[in-house]
Amino acid sequence: MGEFIMEKDLYILGIESSCDETAASIVKNGHEIVSNVVASQIESHKRFGGVVPEIASRHHVEQVTIVIEEALLQANMKPEDLDAVCVTEGPGLVGALLIGINAAKAFAFANNLPLVGVHHIAGHIYANALIQPMEFPLLALVVSGGHTELVLMKNDGCFELIGETRDDAAGEAYDKVARVLNIPYPGGPKIDQLAHESDGAVDFPRVWLDHDSYDFSFSGLKSAVINYKHNADQRGEEINPMHVAKGFQDSVVEVLTAKTLRAAREFNVKQVIAAGGVSANKGLRTALEEAFEKEGIPFYVPPLKLCTDNAAMIAAAGSSMFKAGKRSDLTLNGRPGLELVSWNK
Amino acid sequence: MIWLGIDTANSPLAVAIVKDGQILTAEVTNIKVNHSAGVMPAIEHIFKKVSISPKEIDAIAVSQGPGSYTGVRIGVTIAKTLSWTLQKPLVGVSSLQVLAANAAMFQGIICSLIDARRQNVYAAAYDSTMGLAPIVEDGHYSMLGLLEQLKEIGKPVLFVGHDVDNFWGLIQQELGNSAIRAPYALDLPSAAQLIHLAEQQELPSIDATHTFVPKYCRLAEAEANWLKEQKGKQ
Ligand SMILES: Nc1ncnc2c1ncn2[C@@H]1O[C@H](COP(=O)(O)OP(=O)(O)OP(=O)(O)O)[C@@H](O)[C@H]1O
Ligand SMILES: [Mg+2]
Repeated sequence: MGEFIMEKDLYILGIESSCDETAASIVKNGHEIVSNVVASQIESHKRFGGVVPEIASRHHVEQVTIVIEEALLQANMKPEDLDAVCVTEGPGLVGALLIGINAAKAFAFANNLPLVGVHHIAGHIYANALIQPMEFPLLALVVSGGHTELVLMKNDGCFELIGETRDDAAGEAYDKVARVLNIPYPGGPKIDQLAHESDGAVDFPRVWLDHDSYDFSFSGLKSAVINYKHNADQRGEEINPMHVAKGFQDSVVEVLTAKTLRAAREFNVKQVIAAGGVSANKGLRTALEEAFEKEGIPFYVPPLKLCTDNAAMIAAAGSSMFKAGKRSDLTLNGRPGLELVSWNK
Repeated sequence: MIWLGIDTANSPLAVAIVKDGQILTAEVTNIKVNHSAGVMPAIEHIFKKVSISPKEIDAIAVSQGPGSYTGVRIGVTIAKTLSWTLQKPLVGVSSLQVLAANAAMFQGIICSLIDARRQNVYAAAYDSTMGLAPIVEDGHYSMLGLLEQLKEIGKPVLFVGHDVDNFWGLIQQELGNSAIRAPYALDLPSAAQLIHLAEQQELPSIDATHTFVPKYCRLAEAEANWLKEQKGKQ
């Protein structure tokens, strides 16, 4: 033996259409972005104050072949250079998921390529594999429009949910509080900015739940903000939106950071990562960075364009699934409530 | 010339492969299951059955709507993707014309319709003596409004489509003896008819595939409400 076997490079096409971005990307060997194309619909949904599923689906049909072609063009590759097609299977808006899935199935069939259905949140977590190698055990804080979870990974492709929100997701809370403050959709980034520039903060409660729980709850905090505004209105007083934004953000960030830190200690992890749209939050990033710097555990968060929905993250997670032998057939369907299941032990 | 035809605009799933004016295979199923899972396996199955590989086809025909939003989108998404990646032209045909074509041997007015719920339909009427020229354009109509239009034409009308039975009592009440019910054997879309109609159109360029979109015949509800609001503000 002792023979050196060169492993062939692995090129994966990822496709994502679970919400309001139509995206395609080609990733090499699970960690190197060759091309990454995102067509965002956010401008179209703004007038409705949120994502309208039917409108999202209509845009996906308009964009899907264009973004796949663009991903191939930017990579200077042809379908026959690819090893597999990976597509978001769920969770997400079912009508939106179906577009990416049926395009992926037709593309895989026409070009005789293997197909792999990928969990959207696995994608958000694997966005980090595109930045630096993931080291296990790893703790992932997933904070997005639909999810707030602490996920422990003892190995590549192996997930244990150790905590999750019992009501609103963090991003959802941001968007709802933004509405209270009359900030147009999507409100998360704007609240972040107001909080950043504020010189004071309203004192809102921190919701810790049971003393040893890793679960989250943000609906009480949201109600506290609504009541604060309501009481001010009744007294005919103006609220200071910056102080409200900062008070709200301080509460969210403190709870997220403290629970992530406690979990990282308990499970003795080698790496902590943040994933999902809310990990773009400046306040949260800074707090997590400072906490883990002090703790001496490496903490990473992907650059902005890999935090929000994209297909490179789907291709990255899909690469790991593909190597583990996972395959989908042409009956692959959209699963709005898909659970995150490990593909490795 | 080899054609692939796909109609998933409504509950039936119809696929066919036609070669030089001959049907090699044509399948239709109407069991009200989710098209998302079933369409690609059905397409793979007919290719296997006739021992043709996808790269061998020359053109694709798809039912472009109106109908179930999701159903139309699944067919169009698959057809667009195949057309683009195989670099074969894509032709869209009205889902209502596909249904009416089943009854084209009838000499006179043919009305095809699809239930759009709450006593509304997607419908059209064609004159078969004039090569299926549209008399009532593809659209979203209240059932009573549609019947008013048909009454005014003052001629016998043949009704075809798997949803006609949902309205047959009302149709007879409004049109009396002028209403003729097509035999049920003609009620499901045929992907071979779809290809036959597509063959009568000029083949579009490959570049047109990217901009190919369904014909919904209706604004999304949120958009319609938003437009109403804007008008109210003026
Ligand atoms: N800087 C920020 N601060 C706080 N929240 C933010 C920031 N930037 C984006 N968000 C929030 O992130 C959410 C969008 O994130 P993302 O796109 O990951 O969610 P999603 O894909 O809709 O949900 P999911 O991935 O759970 O299905 C929105 O709720 C938005 O307000
Ligand atoms: Mg997301």
